[in-house]
Amino acid sequence: MAAVQWHSRARRYESELQSCGLEVAPVEFSDYHPLKSITVTDSKSRRGARKGSTSSSSSSSSSVAPDPLSSMLDGTDPLSMFAAASASESPPTLSQSSSTGVSDSLGDLGRGKRREKEDEVGVDFEPWSSKRGEILARFTTTEKLSINLFMGSEKGKAPSLASSAVSEKVRTRLEELDDLEEGSQRELLNLSQQDYVNRIEELNQSLKEAWASDQKVKALKIVIQCSKLLSDTAVIQFYPSKFVLITDILDTFGRLVYERIWSMCSDPHPSPDSFTADEVNDTAKETCLNWFFKIASIRELIPRLYVEVALLKCNRFLTKCGIQETVPRLTAMIRGIGDPLVAVYARAYLCRIGMEVAPHLKDSLNKNFFDLLGTFRQIHGDSVQNQLVLQRVEIPVYLTLYSPAIHWILQCVSYRAPEALLTEMMERCKKLGNNALLLNSVMWAFRAEFIATRATDFIGMIKDCDEAGFPQHLLFGSLGRSLACADPPEAERLPILNEAWKVITKVRSPQDYINCAEIWVEFTCRHFTKREVNTVLSDIIKHMTPDRAFEDAYPQLQSVIRKILTYFHDFSVLFSMERFLPFMDMFQKDSVRVGVCLSIMDVFIKHQQEPTRDPVILNALLHVCKTMHDSVNALTLEDEKRSLALLINGFIRMVSFGRDFEQQLSFCVEARATFCNLEPVLVQLIHTVNQLAMETRRVMRGSHSRKTAAFVRACAAYSFITIPSLTSIFSRLNLYLLSGQVALANQCLSQADAFLKAAVSVLPEVPRSISIEGKLRSSEGFLLDFINNFLSALLVVPDHPEAGVLFLVRGLLNMVQDYTWEDNSDAKVHVYISALPLLAAMSQESYLYSIPKVDSNETLYGGDPKFLAEINKLCETLIGQVLDHLKTLGRDESIHRQGSLAFSLFGCLLAHGDLRNNKLNQLAVNLWNLSHKQGYCNTRTSVRTLEFIKHQAQQPDMVHLSDVLHRLTLQSRT
Amino acid sequence: MNILNTKSVILFAFHICNIISGLLCQEVLAGVVAIVSKEAVQHQGITLTMEGIVNLQLSSKSVGVFEAFYNSVKPIQLITSNIEVVKQGKVPGGKTEIPFEFPLHTKGNKVLYETYHGVFVNIQYTLRCDMKRSLLAKDLSKTCEFMVHCLPQKAKLQPTPVDFTITPETLQNVRERSLLPKFLIRGHLDATNCVITKPLTGELVVESSDVAIKSIELQLVRVETCGCAEGYARDATEIQNIQIAEGDVCHSLPIPIYMVFPRLFTCPTLETINFKVGEFTCNKYKSNSATVCGLPMADRCDSLFLCRV
Repeated sequence: MAAVQWHSRARRYESELQSCGLEVAPVEFSDYHPLKSITVTDSKSRRGARKGSTSSSSSSSSSVAPDPLSSMLDGTDPLSMFAAASASESPPTLSQSSSTGVSDSLGDLGRGKRREKEDEVGVDFEPWSSKRGEILARFTTTEKLSINLFMGSEKGKAPSLASSAVSEKVRTRLEELDDLEEGSQRELLNLSQQDYVNRIEELNQSLKEAWASDQKVKALKIVIQCSKLLSDTAVIQFYPSKFVLITDILDTFGRLVYERIWSMCSDPHPSPDSFTADEVNDTAKETCLNWFFKIASIRELIPRLYVEVALLKCNRFLTKCGIQETVPRLTAMIRGIGDPLVAVYARAYLCRIGMEVAPHLKDSLNKNFFDLLGTFRQIHGDSVQNQLVLQRVEIPVYLTLYSPAIHWILQCVSYRAPEALLTEMMERCKKLGNNALLLNSVMWAFRAEFIATRATDFIGMIKDCDEAGFPQHLLFGSLGRSLACADPPEAERLPILNEAWKVITKVRSPQDYINCAEIWVEFTCRHFTKREVNTVLSDIIKHMTPDRAFEDAYPQLQSVIRKILTYFHDFSVLFSMERFLPFMDMFQKDSVRVGVCLSIMDVFIKHQQEPTRDPVILNALLHVCKTMHDSVNALTLEDEKRSLALLINGFIRMVSFGRDFEQQLSFCVEARATFCNLEPVLVQLIHTVNQLAMETRRVMRGSHSRKTAAFVRACAAYSFITIPSLTSIFSRLNLYLLSGQVALANQCLSQADAFLKAAVSVLPEVPRSISIEGKLRSSEGFLLDFINNFLSALLVVPDHPEAGVLFLVRGLLNMVQDYTWEDNSDAKVHVYISALPLLAAMSQESYLYSIPKVDSNETLYGGDPKFLAEINKLCETLIGQVLDHLKTLGRDESIHRQGSLAFSLFGCLLAHGDLRNNKLNQLAVNLWNLSHKQGYCNTRTSVRTLEFIKHQAQQPDMVHLSDVLHRLTLQSRT
Repeated sequence: MNILNTKSVILFAFHICNIISGLLCQEVLAGVVAIVSKEAVQHQGITLTMEGIVNLQLSSKSVGVFEAFYNSVKPIQLITSNIEVVKQGKVPGGKTEIPFEFPLHTKGNKVLYETYHGVFVNIQYTLRCDMKRSLLAKDLSKTCEFMVHCLPQKAKLQPTPVDFTITPETLQNVRERSLLPKFLIRGHLDATNCVITKPLTGELVVESSDVAIKSIELQLVRVETCGCAEGYARDATEIQNIQIAEGDVCHSLPIPIYMVFPRLFTCPTLETINFKVGEFTCNKYKSNSATVCGLPMADRCDSLFLCRV
């Protein structure tokens, strides 16, 4: 087979390109084109007509991009309806203009209803569920708790005496009641907090079970017992959490009863939101009434109150104004609770259910608050003091127990309340003595704007408060919270900060101090410059450094950093704060430190618009990045490394010294030393340096001066010594190739040679399988890709004068031959086949592409016949190898592979070989036949190949192809 | 109200419309008798019996244990009526519903009293449905109570507010008045003539108290009087007790008094020749943490007149 002689076909790239170029066909407006925007005018106008207003249809076509989905679904598309609904949540003026187009008649209807309920609770009302967890987490205890459950003592004995006369139903109920009474009188002592929570949860479960098994009386008894626990203020620190747990049960109960009665007024089901008592049938009403009679006979005040509140919603079944009458009564009833803490939580529960069920009843909410003010003196009364002494609870701690409830009440009261009402409430709070507690809640719950405009007054009031009572730092914390959301008048800002900080800086306990300071940092950042922030930071450092107090305050300190980062996006300002880096030094726990660095880098990458060369930023960020980098160890997850590398890369990309290329390079040198453990960063650095070299070339317009030539050589040297430190073999290969290309472009021939040689010498190291995303994959595909890429680069690389002809190509092919390919793989042959086009391209008189100012082999050899003969010899060897392989395949029964390989060699011959040569011609025909012998080839491809040949044969110097064409027969598959 | 006869699987039931919310006197008691059976049922007639009875029982306290046991006063029949719904014959298989109506006509000049379940006086109305069957099969019977409300009063009630004051001096059943702590509670009831369907309301203010208050409770008591040969017996028993204040409540802040009259166990004040139900009274209890005598203190107050409008 060695008899094959190769002759490359002469190519005229220019004319070929011209003949291959696609014509630009203008698209007519009416033509169909997939990329053209769709305008469905027809259905739009139909929609407008249905709505009965022409104006809306015209506005829709202009303002809204026509949506093919909505037009197809004839307007009732749920998604666009949803969009319309959410659009109308925003301010009304906006919704008017924007949603008319999208929303259909249904959406309009919904919006009308929404407007009707304007006084109801909107999304801006912070729901109870968000407070719940906070309370549970905050009010905990290590003391032992007890649950006291007496099942059934609230019913008088009188009814059971009369049992001879009562109906059967009542009797069974009473018996059931007796059963419970006997079995379940128990007291659970010495429960830890967790046990207690578990017990309550058990009760909740048994409530649900009892309900599900139709034991309504038992369910009611459980609920009564639970709410009775709320009258017990032993272990008072836990009371708020207890309240949360037990009201959960009450909520469940209220829901169960409501749903049951609701299910009774079936057919026709009135609409769930807006039914009136008239639509409810008698059975449902009677059942509901029965519940209320039962509750009314609960002996003790607190259970009666709580259960009735839980069932408040059920009043809707009875009368239209039932709720309206009940809420004031319940409000008054709470006055009967002597313990102020119990009373205030009962009010909070009433307000909560009131807001849910009847948010329009603002008056009762206000009444609740005023009643609270009326009984406020109780908090400092004798019985409370005695209790505190008994339980050994400090007054400030005791007062904070009130906060969640009063916050909640005030939040309900102040929600969308008129300014006048808020002012009145504040005035009334002011008049009371010991009002710090109220003041705190006012600042929490009232609108931030309201507080902000009166900030100076508040500071005055806070100062007037008794030191021994409610902790002042909490008061300032609450004020700071409001000021963080709303702006006080401009002139007052600095005095406010000064006054506030005067107090804050005197707080002794580091934990209290940082909790408060953290809040005020936001206000400071919002309104002041770096000078003030710097002062604040130095104060924090001063407070937190002694005794390493910062160790317990990492979350707060982190939040300080976060707040500063939200307001200071200009990093030159940020790092010019003297105290910022010392502040950072307080993060001494590695994980926290890295977290802070991450957030800084995150902000930097997000907000830094332009590349920087500011030495302050660079130094600081290099330090930050180094911290991140140094956190990497053997245990670091791959994912973490990736995200760290991403951030550092973002930083490196943002560094630019403009025309000062040398400085940039030295920065890269420094960065390489700093970030040596993160491979992606090294890769990025190499890319940066390569880019630098190309930038230099651009600046010099392609011709380097002596100085720039030295510089680009330095760049190449940088890459050359950096690449070997990478572990990923393909990164190395690709970077060698890329850097080689860059070196070549910069006329550094020996450097380019070195890169490419290095790439070739690395080739044998490529493992047969590599791990990708944790899975082992064969590397063959990647290797083939790389080799093809490499081959195409080799076209322009001039031969080294001292090495032989086609030194690199030969080297590569030798490596390919020696490489241990996978068994049964055709990869090697594929490489051989793909080397043929390169060799063919090299034998052309002028090359397909070249690099300016670099002489390729075309000029070096100038079409020397010896050179061409060398090429042809190489080709013949390759073809010989391929044919040998084809033969072995024929033996090995792998005919399918044989066919496809033969076909690709045929393609190669057709495209690049000179088929006027008889031998080549014959070989091509043989290959065609071989590939079609077994009928494994793709008929479609064959047909298209034949068409291509026919087309080529029409060209003047390709006439010989028509002979070939005659000899190629298409086998139909049998 | 179902009876399941296991042998022949007959579901025998009846249903009275408007049973729970109660009937006014002079209204018509209406409903259906339902018989559900797989096969046809042979019977000797289905009858409905309506009965209204006042049961009186003497308290052992007022007449002695033995008298109380033996001398129970004869029940007074207010109304009785019997109709045959279906004559002897066969009820076909499947579900058969037979509607019925009873006018509430009293015997002679007797008046229907409102349903009431007390301790010594019980006024109860029942409706019984019987299905007589041949000797071999058991008779089926089903009883059901129904409520009767008396006619609303024509005359309009004028609310008569009552003020009250409770001090150590006003307390009854206290021996050593001097040992009691000093306190002053004022208040008022909005009316002593109460409508039975409306709650009892009022207000109460703790003006002063030397010791911390533990609880303030409201007790509803009924007074039943039964007449018999030996004279009459008068007894007061508690109906319900409701706490209106718990713990040391805020002084000089009005606390609401609010009590719903329990159904069945209360009825409009009633006075007849043989018995008397009424004079509902309301007691206010006050318990102190540091009670000298160790007993809760109670203050009796104000008899109530209940009626229906």
